[in-house]
Amino acid sequence: MAHRQRAGSRVAGSRSSRILGGGGAGRSTLIAAASTIAFFGILVLVVVNAPGWPEVRESFFDRQIFQESIRDIAPKLLVNIRMFLIAEVFILVFGLAIAVLRSLPGPVFFPVRLLSVAYTDFFRGVPTILVIYLFGFGVPALGLSGVPNSPFFWGVASLVLVYSAYVSEVYRAGIDSIHPSQDAAARSLGLTHAQSLRFVIVPQAVRRVIPPLLNDFIGLQKDTALVALIGPVEAFRQSQIEVAGSFDYTPYFATALLFVLMTIPLARFTDWLVARQRRRTR
Amino acid sequence: MNALELKGVSKAFGEHEVLKGIDLEVGEHDVVCVIGASGSGKSTLLRCVNLLEPIDEGRIFVEGREVTAPGVDANQVRRGIGIVFQAYNLFPHMTVLRNVTLAPREVLGRSRAEAEADAVELLRRFGLADKRDDYPDRLSGGQQQRVAIVRALAMRPQLMLLDEVTSALDPELVGEVLNVIRELAAGGMTMLIATHEMGFAREIADQVCFLDEGVILEHGPPSQIFSAPREARTRQFLQRIVEAGRL
Repeated sequence: MAHRQRAGSRVAGSRSSRILGGGGAGRSTLIAAASTIAFFGILVLVVVNAPGWPEVRESFFDRQIFQESIRDIAPKLLVNIRMFLIAEVFILVFGLAIAVLRSLPGPVFFPVRLLSVAYTDFFRGVPTILVIYLFGFGVPALGLSGVPNSPFFWGVASLVLVYSAYVSEVYRAGIDSIHPSQDAAARSLGLTHAQSLRFVIVPQAVRRVIPPLLNDFIGLQKDTALVALIGPVEAFRQSQIEVAGSFDYTPYFATALLFVLMTIPLARFTDWLVARQRRRTR
Repeated sequence: MNALELKGVSKAFGEHEVLKGIDLEVGEHDVVCVIGASGSGKSTLLRCVNLLEPIDEGRIFVEGREVTAPGVDANQVRRGIGIVFQAYNLFPHMTVLRNVTLAPREVLGRSRAEAEADAVELLRRFGLADKRDDYPDRLSGGQQQRVAIVRALAMRPQLMLLDEVTSALDPELVGEVLNVIRELAAGGMTMLIATHEMGFAREIADQVCFLDEGVILEHGPPSQIFSAPREARTRQFLQRIVEAGRL
């Protein structure tokens, strides 16, 4: 076993610079640079020589509108950030709870398992935009007392409902990936099923699923734009306002850029975690 | 009163009958070795004793108390029975010390200081004192298996079940684990040991059982089983072991 593990770490090491194609030698860097310049050069030539390019450039890439609109849009991005930060906390907790409920053994827990399966099936199946409409417009319309009717609240709640379903499946895959012998060892020491989950199974499972979990969160970060459709003025809604005022699509381009900038740190952090994990599992 | 007694224990996985009416007695402070080919049911037998596998028929008594009776709390029973697995099954995300103290703290409710003092003492006794803060993947197979034994001992079991604990080890590491078991036997620990180490079984066992296709075909003191086996199947099995150079 020790041999196999050591061999595994060697393979991982050679894969460490995946973007450059590995190797590390000066020659392969040179080839990578040349091929990149050629590829993107051709791409730019094709786009710039397209018959509609002058109009597209004017209506999507207007420098002045870009500078003006991004000043209004950027602060609204804080609304998106607030939405996903709040949502992520609840998603982490709910997703784990659903996954654990689904893993409970024995016939007694059949209804619990059924419920958690139904939940994940439903919320993974319904388009996020519909969930946001249904909750954002439907629940406040009921006029129940004590129930919040702010679109911000129901927007975040919808994201939590949808993403908890995805994240619970990620957790479940993690729990299933822990070998049954770990549970056997825990139970043989007298730990209960709940204690075995809490101390032995879940901590190992969570460690394994952090990269795919963060991947789902990248999806969540940009899906906060969907909440705009029920009212809150966040970055995307602000860009719509800017477009309506200038009759130019450049604000959309600016918003797209902002969203990419917002998700890149998490994407790189995920890559870093994966690389670190690969180094550690010898 | 026997430390462990099995009466007519049967266990099937689907159509496949693994244990067919096992009768077995392990006296207080006795060491009983179960030998037999791979797939003869040795591991299943041990897993049934500490209720990791539910049995289909028969009764199991630990210290005279029936543990297979309805209403018996399996978690309670397992506290008093230590089991060590072929593949160690240490918890890879915990240090050696945490591996050893987890059950005493969470199951027996002992304080951290108390559990750690106890664990350190056990680790020291088995030459692992300097490994207390290491994670299992830093240890050799032999060290991991000794930690697994210490982890089981930390619950102060009346009975230890050892399931081919040296089978996954490189040959040069087998000795250090067998020494630990010798020490336990010398200290009077009651043990039921499934093993392929015939020389070791002969040396340490009070009784040897030959398990063949889910049946205890023959049992007796090691001198008789290894020198004058009554059953043809036992002779065949031992002959193959000798030919493989393992006895």
